[in-house]
Amino acid sequence: MATATNTAMTQELSKLYDLEKMKKMAHGIRTRTLELTIEKNGCYLSQALSSADILSVLYGGLMKLGESEAPFVAPPFSGVPGKDNKDYVTGAAYNGPTGPGYDRLLISPAHYAVAVYAALVEAGRLSPESFKDFNVDGSRVEQIGAEHSPGFELTTGSFGQAISQAAGIAHARKMKNEDGRVFVFMSDGELEEGQTWEGIQAAVHYKLDNLVVYVDVNGMQYDGRTKDVMNIEPIDARIEGFGATCVKVDGHNTEELIKASFTPTEGQPLFVLCYTNPSQGIPELDYRKPKLHFVRFRDHELDTFKGILEDMKKGVR
Amino acid sequence: MVEFVSNPHSRNMVRYAEERENVLVLSGDLTGSTEIAEFKEKLPERFVSMGMAEQNMLSWAGGLAREGYVPFVHTFAVFLYRRPFDQLSMSVAYPNLKVRLVGFLPGIMTPGGVTHQAIEDIAVLRGVPNMTILETGDATDVETVLDATDDIDGPVYIRMLRGKMPRLFPKDEPFKFNTARILNEGDDITVLSSGICTEEAMKAVELLKEKDVHVKHLHISTIKPFTDERVLQALKESKNVITMENHTTIGGLGTAVADMIAENGLPVKLTKVGIPDTYAHGASKEYLMRKYGIDALGLVRTIEDVLGKDFNISEEDIKVFDVKEEKEEIKETQLEAL
Repeated sequence: MATATNTAMTQELSKLYDLEKMKKMAHGIRTRTLELTIEKNGCYLSQALSSADILSVLYGGLMKLGESEAPFVAPPFSGVPGKDNKDYVTGAAYNGPTGPGYDRLLISPAHYAVAVYAALVEAGRLSPESFKDFNVDGSRVEQIGAEHSPGFELTTGSFGQAISQAAGIAHARKMKNEDGRVFVFMSDGELEEGQTWEGIQAAVHYKLDNLVVYVDVNGMQYDGRTKDVMNIEPIDARIEGFGATCVKVDGHNTEELIKASFTPTEGQPLFVLCYTNPSQGIPELDYRKPKLHFVRFRDHELDTFKGILEDMKKGVR
Repeated sequence: MVEFVSNPHSRNMVRYAEERENVLVLSGDLTGSTEIAEFKEKLPERFVSMGMAEQNMLSWAGGLAREGYVPFVHTFAVFLYRRPFDQLSMSVAYPNLKVRLVGFLPGIMTPGGVTHQAIEDIAVLRGVPNMTILETGDATDVETVLDATDDIDGPVYIRMLRGKMPRLFPKDEPFKFNTARILNEGDDITVLSSGICTEEAMKAVELLKEKDVHVKHLHISTIKPFTDERVLQALKESKNVITMENHTTIGGLGTAVADMIAENGLPVKLTKVGIPDTYAHGASKEYLMRKYGIDALGLVRTIEDVLGKDFNISEEDIKVFDVKEEKEEIKETQLEAL
């Protein structure tokens, strides 16, 4: 993992990217998700805390995205894909056009939906009111997103399927000589799925150097710490053993997250392992580790977390 | 004399793709056994080797389809729906993508045993929304089934035949989506057969004519959707119907017919001939068809039961109606790699 970010790198990157904006977006993702967790009496909060910096870098300018082609206020759920639903569009419309030259973002762990919606709000692509539609009956802003949900292009609530679908898309774009990278946002628990490794194997076989996978390595899953439930380390050695390029970064360091995407790959897919903390920004949640899959506050905790929320909104923490 | 055709899918897949530039062929490491070696040789830039990793292959096909390609995924039928069922459902069927699943060795076509015999594929896939299920029964079906998928805007599962097969239906009468072939008219009993069972049923129908039993016989090649007017009409005109399929008797053609009878409130008795709710085992196709009664003799015996008659027909009597052109020294299936 990289050591302290050096000043020269920050200066260089700040010419190309609005680093302050990215950091503010990350803070916004955390704040909005904490607020929702209080209002809805439970949410996938830790996923937002660990991934906020990754998603804010991706949505904050690293990815080449066009203007949103979807309604700012998310319309209600309008049916599943099928022959009787000709007007169906996926939530990828929030990321703009999918044609040549544009990057794509494919969300693998759909349980991170709240973080994706918050990132879209921070990026000005989704209305703050729509964010509050989260998990409301009849809304497309679903708790575990599917491809009709804002920001989603695939249906990936069953883990490990996005990497293969994204690689299929990256493969097709290569066959069509289409510019633009295919970004995948993954979680570390998905590395336990066999299909993930089938996907890496095939992406390396087809030399998909247009495929960039950001993995949120927060070290935790439903049952507890990943190292106790099913060890996946050393992740970098395993991925490199499959022939892909792999770098490790501090997943809360904006500069490192950006820089990693430019790692030379020599015709290989690129994996960026983002080591993160699932209570980042709210250390008051530390005592719950490693049980952070779904956070619901107890009555006696509510005032504490409401106070934290107010401080976060004021920007004093 | 019946014409026999060797490897019609092999040539047809090439012809079909040459006429449509967005067609890709995906192989799950069974290129020779799924008759796409010729495709690989003639159109290498559109041949995608996916290795032995079916979960990845199904999701990858979904990704390709989202970008406008039409992937024809080739492997044994079992490896399309058993191992990667979640991927088939979530990466292909839910988003209603134009992925074509070309499944070989349906039912008991292979001595490869239980791991290679897709005996419940239709039962599993009929329950999958957006899915279309087609089944081929002869060389003409195989040569024309791909064209029949052109207008189907969603995933299609095809029970495909390989190797040498008879041409039972006229070459100029192509596979028609959701349209049964009416092979014989008769008032005594109705037989609805699919896949390789149609050849067997045709033999039985000819034999029974000599006994003055006249069978209405339809060949069913679209299993889902199951809304064919010709089938409904045949059921309305019948008192007794027998379904005959290379599949378990639960969830396949017989069950689709039962649904149609019940939903239309028809006064017709149904008898289902198929693999009787059991896994099969490694043995020749002929042996297993005899064992489970899904051959001509099995159908004759079922018709005897239904009509309460004994036509005194022996296995030797049936052989007269065999459409085989010559006896093979070694069965082709025994030479195939599994």
